[in-house]
Formats: sequence, structure tokens, C-alpha cells
Amino acid sequence: MILGALGVGYGFMTSHKSFEEVEHLLAEESHHGGEHSENTTHVAPSHDAHAVDSHDDSHSNTAHAEIDQHKKHIEHVQHQIANRPWSALYVAAFFFMMIALGVLAFYAIQIASQAGWSPVLFRVMEGITAYMLPGALIVLAIAVASGTIGHYNIFIWMDPEVVAHDKLIEGKTGWLNLGGFVIRGLIFIGGWYAYRHFSRKFSIAQDTAEDKSNFKKSFRISAAFLVFFIYTESMMSWDWIMSVDPHWFSTLFGWYVFASMFVSGITVIALITIYLKSKNYLVFVNENHLHDVAKFMFAFSIFWTYLWFSQFMLIWYSNIPEEVTYFVTRFQDYKLPFLGMVVMNFVFPILMLMNADYKRIPWFVVMAGLVILFGHYIDIFNMIMPATVGDRWFIGIPEISSVLLFAGLFIFVVFTALTKAPLLVKGYPFRKESEEFHY
Amino acid sequence: MEASKVIHAIYTDDDILMSAVKKVKAERFHIEEIYTPFPVHGLDKAMGLAPTRIAITAFIYGLIGLTVAVLMMNFIMIEDWPQNIGGKPSFSYIENMPAFVPIMFELTVFFAAHLMVITFYLRSRMWPFKNAENPDPRTTDDHFLMEIAVNGNEKELESLLADTGAVEINLVDKAH
Repeated sequence: MILGALGVGYGFMTSHKSFEEVEHLLAEESHHGGEHSENTTHVAPSHDAHAVDSHDDSHSNTAHAEIDQHKKHIEHVQHQIANRPWSALYVAAFFFMMIALGVLAFYAIQIASQAGWSPVLFRVMEGITAYMLPGALIVLAIAVASGTIGHYNIFIWMDPEVVAHDKLIEGKTGWLNLGGFVIRGLIFIGGWYAYRHFSRKFSIAQDTAEDKSNFKKSFRISAAFLVFFIYTESMMSWDWIMSVDPHWFSTLFGWYVFASMFVSGITVIALITIYLKSKNYLVFVNENHLHDVAKFMFAFSIFWTYLWFSQFMLIWYSNIPEEVTYFVTRFQDYKLPFLGMVVMNFVFPILMLMNADYKRIPWFVVMAGLVILFGHYIDIFNMIMPATVGDRWFIGIPEISSVLLFAGLFIFVVFTALTKAPLLVKGYPFRKESEEFHY
Repeated sequence: MEASKVIHAIYTDDDILMSAVKKVKAERFHIEEIYTPFPVHGLDKAMGLAPTRIAITAFIYGLIGLTVAVLMMNFIMIEDWPQNIGGKPSFSYIENMPAFVPIMFELTVFFAAHLMVITFYLRSRMWPFKNAENPDPRTTDDHFLMEIAVNGNEKELESLLADTGAVEINLVDKAH
């Protein structure tokens, strides 16, 4: 179908802007490199003088030890500063990959449960999941690059020297090793992509098919995919996020990440649907469909809070040192994003989207959706940053420009995919039910 | 006591009932009540009933439950018999708040749910041992009954109802 030439134009526009941002980002990275080396040379001598001054010559030994310690600290901070662009890139890449993956899971659930309300939105979902493959490969590539090209900027367990001096990580090398990480990552991505590829193929074939065989096949692989997905998603969250803190663990983490990806994915479905509708490409979508999507946004915001709080409360209550450090860091150094995220992801949606009538007003859903998306970006930010950059965090140029880069890429890929097929699943058995869906 | 006449039109399908309701409303007759064996989606809108306000009461009840939970836990765990919660003897409500969240949540749901049901019963004038208002026991099985007030226009009404697919049309006296 002729669909949005405008959509693509829009996608190109933003992604073009973001290519400039990349240059900016790279410049930023090298700038950071320059800055922190300067920083070291600048601070170290002054401290030398200071240490020598205060301790005079009588305690030269202690002074010497202190300088050593201080050097270590500077190296540590220098490392943290160097980590920041890497982590910023990784957080943004993961965030957009997560949206596409969440939508893929949502799509599979709709097909497996034979939902009657949603088929009018299937092509929008298929468009969004097009980003899953490039997005996930980019995440994996950044992760691997940080451990090979970079200086173990995100995952310290990739550093053999760290592992050698760390009993706990050493015990985990059976799982946490670079080879296994890459192989697992490729298996996850391969499985997800296989599902996405075939479900899309069946969906398009069903448009012109005489019988329902494509629909049946799609139904079967959706059910199988959901089983595969919930295992791999959990392992993916251990690998790609939880292992940034290799000492820390939480058995709820897979679900917690899943809740975040699911609610972000649904929010993006709502945003893109409203955008396309405002351009008159989705005349068959009405406020009843919007209402249902908004209900999901509301429900999964609460689901996310439930999991977030379950994880937090158990760790807070038991107060086991190796577990609780995770939240201590977040409370001490990340107070604003950590608590702000709870407000944006829970208090805001619960108050805004509780009223049934508000869920039917497009601009209202857009505003709420943007806040939810930002909240979940901060959520990912809070998962990665404390482990990599510690208290040297800030949402500045590296963060914003990497978000813009991936947002541009995301929009470009998604809207290109949207142009490739008609926006209505013509042959889908529940199409009519969905078109006439009435709340 | 004034006796008035009503027509009971009986249907056997909810879709036919829905279109009948729309036709009767379009002819500007007043539908007194409809008895159905199960909730029919969209019937309230078709009948032109005012939207329910139970959601608002539910929200208020939830807030009451939340308040009760906060006051109760504050009294029990902090004031009356201060407890050392999770090895953190801070004796402050706000610092121990995470431990109370499940209770706050549960009481919010408990109050909202129970008070909502009670409100619904009161509002629909239902209480234990009350005689059923249902005019025809078949509406608890597989029939739908539409009750329409008659003001000397029963001929016109009956033909209209027959057109809408009613399987049975009865003129009955109804004591008020």
C-alpha cells in the first residue's frame, strides 16, 4: 500500500539528524578520553603536594600509601568516566531493542490467545518488531565490543584480570564467559528472529490466502515462541543486564525486565497507532482500540511496580549485605532517577490512566505514554549505570545523543517496515470482529 | 394504590433483544425494565440509562481502605507496641513503609471490593430474604423480558413488538 511516504520521510529526517549526532557522540567520546587523561595529570600532582604537606617527612610511609590509594581512586574514577559513553550507548540501544522485543511478545500473545480486539493493530506491531533483529544485534555488538575493543567498560567479568582476583566471579565463569555470552546471545536473537520472520510471512500470506492454514501455523508458532521467549528473555536479562553487577543477583530479575519491556512496547504501539491515525492511515482503528491499548499500559505499569517492589522489599527486609548493596548504591547516588522512576512509572500512570474516559482521548494517551517511556528509559539507566559509572552519572550529551541515535534508527526501521505491507490484515479470521470491536 | 398496565415482551436471543430495544427507543416508548439471564453488553447504553457511578465510589472506598491501613499499621507497629522491623529499629512509619505496603495494598482492595458490592446491593434494593422482583422465572434461564409501560396505546405497541421479533407479548396488570 502507498502508506506513509510521510512516515518514511519523518523517519529519514530523524535518523538523518541522528547521524550527525553520532559524529557528535564520537567526538564526545574522544573528548572524554582527552579530558580524563588531563584530569589525572592535573589532580595527581596537587594531591602529591597535599599529602606530603600534611604528613611532612616524618610519616613518609603513610603518605606514600595514601598517594597509592589516591592513584587507585583516580584510576577508578577515570575508568568510570570512560565507561559513561559506552554505558550511555548501551542503555539507549537496549531500551529500543527492548521495545521491539516487548511488542513481539505482545503480538505472539495476541495470536496465541486469538484475541478479537487487536488484529487491526497487527501491522503496526509487525512494523515495530522489524527493529528487533538490528536492535538486538547492536546490543550484543556493543556488549562484545566493550569487552574486546574497549577496556571492559560495561561488563567487568569480561576482564580476565578482574576474574583472577575475584573468587565470586571466578566461580561463575562457567556461565559468565565471553564465548558463552556470544553464543547464548546469538541463540536468543536467532530464535526471536525466526519467530518474527515466520509470523510475518504467514501474516502476509494470509492476506491473499483462501483458507486459514497460515493463521493456524501462525497460532502454533506463537504458542511455541512464547515458551521459548520467557526462558530466553530471562536468561537474556541475566546476561545483558544483571551481569553488569556480577556479584549481585535477583531471582525476580527476568520478570522485572520483562514487565519493563512489555509496558514500553505497548506504549509504543499506542503512540505509533495514534500517529498513523492522525495521518489518516488507520481509519479502521477507533477509540475502542485505543482504550484497550491504554488499559494495557495502565495494567502493566502496575505490574511493573509490583515486580519492582517485590524485588526491592525482599532485599530491603532481609538486608543481606551482598544483596542490599544494589539498592544502597541506588539510594545514595541515584536518588532522583531511582525514586523519580517510581513516580513516573507508577504514580503518574495510575492517576492519569485510571479514568475510563481519559483512555479514549488520543492526546492524553500520548502524554501519558511519553512519560511512561521516559520512566522506563530511566529504569534501564538505573539498571546499568550504577554498576558501570557509579556516582559519575549525569544525563548529558552522551546519553541524549545516544537516545536520539537509536530513536532515529528505530523510527526509520519501523516506518520502513510499515510501508512494506498493507496496514490491515485482510485475511485474518478475527479481522471483522476487531473492526467492530466495541468496548 | 394505582394499578397500571405494562406489556411484557419476551425474547429468546440477546442480539434480537438489542435491536428491539433500539427500535422501541426510536419510537419513543418508555422501557421500564429489562430482565436478562446474563449481563448483555451495551444494553445500558441502548436503553439510555445514566452511566454507572460505581467506579467513583470504588475509588473513594479504595482511598478509605488505604487510610485505614496506614493508621492501623502506624498504631499497631509504631505507637502502641513499637516493633523492630527487619532488623532496622527506626520506629518511624515512613522508614518502615516498605514492610507495610502489602497491607496497604490489600486493605485498599478489600475495602474497594466489599464496599462496592454492598453499595451495589443497597443501590439495587436487594437484601437477604427479599422476594424476587423478577416477573417471569424463565428470565433466569434462557429468556429475555422487556417491560414497557402502557398508556392506552397497547395495539400500536403490540404490533411494534411483534415486528421486533418478540416470541410472546403479554399485557399484565402491575400493582404499584
